[in-house]
Amino acid sequence: MLKLSRYVLYDILRSKVIIVYTLFLLTVSFSLFQLEENNSKAILSLLNIVLIIVPLISMIFTTIHYYNSYEFIELVVSQPLSRSRILLSEYSGVALSLLSAFFMGVGIPVLLFSFSETGLALLFTGAALTLIFTSLAFLAAVSARDKARGIGVALLLWFYFALIYDGLVLMILFSFSEYPMEKFTLLLSALNPIDLGRIFIMLRMDVSALMGYTGALYKDFFGSGTGTLYTTGIMLIWIVLPLLLALRIFKKKDL
Amino acid sequence: MKWLLTILFVFTLEQVIAHTIVVGRNRHISTLRQGITAAKDGDTVLLNKGTYKEGNIIINKAIHLVGIGAPVLDGDNKHEILTLTGKNIVIKGIHFANAGYSSMNDYAALKIIEATNILIEHNVFTNAYFAIHIANSTGSIVRNNIIKGPDRSEHLSGNGIHLWKCENMTIENNSVQGHRDGIYFEFVTASIIKKNISEGNIRYGLHFMFSHNDTYRDNIFRNNGAGVAVMYTKNVRMENNVFDKNWGPSAYGILLKDISNSFIKNNQFIQNTVAIQMEGSSRIDIGNNLFKANGWALKVQASCDGNIFHHNNFFGNCFDVATNGTKTLNKFSSNFWDKYDGYDINKDGIGDVPYHPVSMYAMVVEQNPATLVLMRSFMVSLLDKAEKAIPCLTPENLIDNKPVIKPNK
Amino acid sequence: MIRIEHLKKRFRKLQALDDINALFSSGQVVSLIGPNGSGKTTLIKSILGMVKPDSGCIYVDGKPINGDPAYRGNIGYMPQIGRYPDNMQIGQLFSMMKNIRKAPEASLDNDLLVKFNLVSIFDKPMRTLSGGTRQKVSAALAFLFNPDILILDEPTAGLDPLSSELLKEKIMQEKKKNKLILISSHVLSDLDELTSHVIYLQEGKMIFLKDIATLRQETGEDKLGKAIARVMRGGKKEALWIDEVLAVKESEKLP
Repeated sequence: MLKLSRYVLYDILRSKVIIVYTLFLLTVSFSLFQLEENNSKAILSLLNIVLIIVPLISMIFTTIHYYNSYEFIELVVSQPLSRSRILLSEYSGVALSLLSAFFMGVGIPVLLFSFSETGLALLFTGAALTLIFTSLAFLAAVSARDKARGIGVALLLWFYFALIYDGLVLMILFSFSEYPMEKFTLLLSALNPIDLGRIFIMLRMDVSALMGYTGALYKDFFGSGTGTLYTTGIMLIWIVLPLLLALRIFKKKDL
Repeated sequence: MKWLLTILFVFTLEQVIAHTIVVGRNRHISTLRQGITAAKDGDTVLLNKGTYKEGNIIINKAIHLVGIGAPVLDGDNKHEILTLTGKNIVIKGIHFANAGYSSMNDYAALKIIEATNILIEHNVFTNAYFAIHIANSTGSIVRNNIIKGPDRSEHLSGNGIHLWKCENMTIENNSVQGHRDGIYFEFVTASIIKKNISEGNIRYGLHFMFSHNDTYRDNIFRNNGAGVAVMYTKNVRMENNVFDKNWGPSAYGILLKDISNSFIKNNQFIQNTVAIQMEGSSRIDIGNNLFKANGWALKVQASCDGNIFHHNNFFGNCFDVATNGTKTLNKFSSNFWDKYDGYDINKDGIGDVPYHPVSMYAMVVEQNPATLVLMRSFMVSLLDKAEKAIPCLTPENLIDNKPVIKPNK
Repeated sequence: MIRIEHLKKRFRKLQALDDINALFSSGQVVSLIGPNGSGKTTLIKSILGMVKPDSGCIYVDGKPINGDPAYRGNIGYMPQIGRYPDNMQIGQLFSMMKNIRKAPEASLDNDLLVKFNLVSIFDKPMRTLSGGTRQKVSAALAFLFNPDILILDEPTAGLDPLSSELLKEKIMQEKKKNKLILISSHVLSDLDELTSHVIYLQEGKMIFLKDIATLRQETGEDKLGKAIARVMRGGKKEALWIDEVLAVKESEKLP
């Protein structure tokens, strides 16, 4: 598998998009840390990068990469290699390059300027979101036959998780404002990895007290070992499940 | 030679008028009770180093009780240690330990009732129910004391410095921690609280009610369960204090309830859940304060009117201002808001477009606190941006017409 | 070597393969002919596992192909239009394929690589290559691993006459090594000298599969094209198409 990933990686590096992405993250992170006298404010701005930009880029990049390497996939499919191995190689190649871009672009500045629990939570969330949205993008790409539709589906998914979902949550919270919603919102957060990551970081930013009773509940939950385990577990499911689905579809797909 | 004689003369004179009684383990007078009994008005009782467990001692004459080498008066967790009444009493350098607890009486390590011109200084109080409890007294000073509470639950602990129905009191340079309320004022007028540090108390760092014409300044209130509460009072000056890290589901830098004609100036509010919560307060001048990294800098209920917020600096607060009404009768002017993104074309240091300090999301949260779970989400920032472009939910006239471009000094 | 049983495949409205049954053995050169859209490429891709059939089964060396992908190690495939990763150089392509197949250097058949003079342009990226050169690369790759089964989809389309001849010579050589060679083409003249069997597809149906001797005998025609034309005329099926083929053939004879 690594053998194929190597070629995938090589191909990605040749396209230079990933280098531009790395430099973009690096520039943004460094300038945030330089401009803001307060590191926690820079972390706050980085939070938006991690929650919005990282998933978006991961999705778009992965989808476009998939369609661009259609020839490569066609070529290797006629070779004595199993379909799952081919897709997993593609996945690991893409995920690895996006992850290294993230760690170089955001990881290094964070470790240099703000090596703290919040910083680490930010990196953890960013890495998890990269993997999750790469998985989702693969699912979108193998499901849709043509490039335009694939990218469309990917964008829609991103839009849903980044924006629409929170709108729905807001609606639900207002429709049921008479009921105790704390436990329920906990469940809701698991259904959107961006929300889960946001809450995971937020609780380490010392704002949990703002949330009153809910915050205390969340802090007790997410702050504990179980909470971290829970977050990691849910994130892992979000990585594995779409990838498995993508594999299933890819195996049955005509190329 | 001459001046030496003079001093000697003064010394002997002192000996003649005011006697000094020394109490110590190996002395002629070995218990404090004996010492106090022997002393007459104007005498000084010197208490030598050691631990004295003598139950409750009452002082009702004008004497100075001075500890040498921090002698310990131990209440054995049963007794009120020292009770003062009368006038011109000084208590200095004593370590009060383990005063008793009672659910019926407000036992205190040091209780002062109906007294005048009392000076309490350089004492240490540990593990007391109430540490210093003063009632119906006037013109007294409590300064340079160190008070460490037992850190018990709210019901099992009393206040650090507790004043009830007093006048012309000065509370200065004390450090209070681990009590229910660090400093408690009720019906205390024309008094001053300054340079104290009140931190890590279970409820309020300062609990202040019906205490008109008082000033508190240069104090630090840090990490108290519910911050500082100032209620039902007129003419309070709150200046140069630091309100720091009062974090919690219902913690405030200051909770203002029915306060009027007062001043809140040059204070620093840092990392409080709510820096200032105002309810039913009027005509307060809130100026030149720093609000930094608080959850809410200001929560102004619709019941407040005629307050003016000016020349304050707002940095990195989650919400600058929140309110529960759509009408506002308070004025905002010349503040610095770090979230302000207007411009200043004529370079006069004042932004050319007004600033709306209440965000859409702040209004949403006010209506439905559960929505705080969406804080810092993309949707919320879009919502705020949209509201800024076309305001419809946020109060129209709650604006700062002269937001300054650079932080006020 | 390859046995196909009741193979069916449908793409939405188009029945691409309709109950195909066939048996190909080693030593045969099978011409797979039929009009455009008759299902030739689908059949080939089914054998390679690139298209998943709706029903029916394909056996290679007695084993069904939908399990272990290892059987493809014994097949050399030259696609109709060779598509390769744009950024990859020819040399890298070859080294990658060697890497994937794990073939020892000694067993490799570099014949076409040398004859097409591809080694001299090893450092050229695939995107710069002309259609003909790509075909040469595809051909060289198909023969590289000395497989027992060769599947060539329109092999001479786009090749210049010289290369075309070289390829034909190569096919002849391999035929002598008792290999199974499956060639799809509609340019009949190319196949005349090589073919031992003919399989004729139309609208997804297999019209016939006959060895060339039988075909000649039945039709009395010496040339393959004419023989087929005769068969077709007899059946009056797609007569127009046969005429077209003959016209092409005539025009090719001219120069």
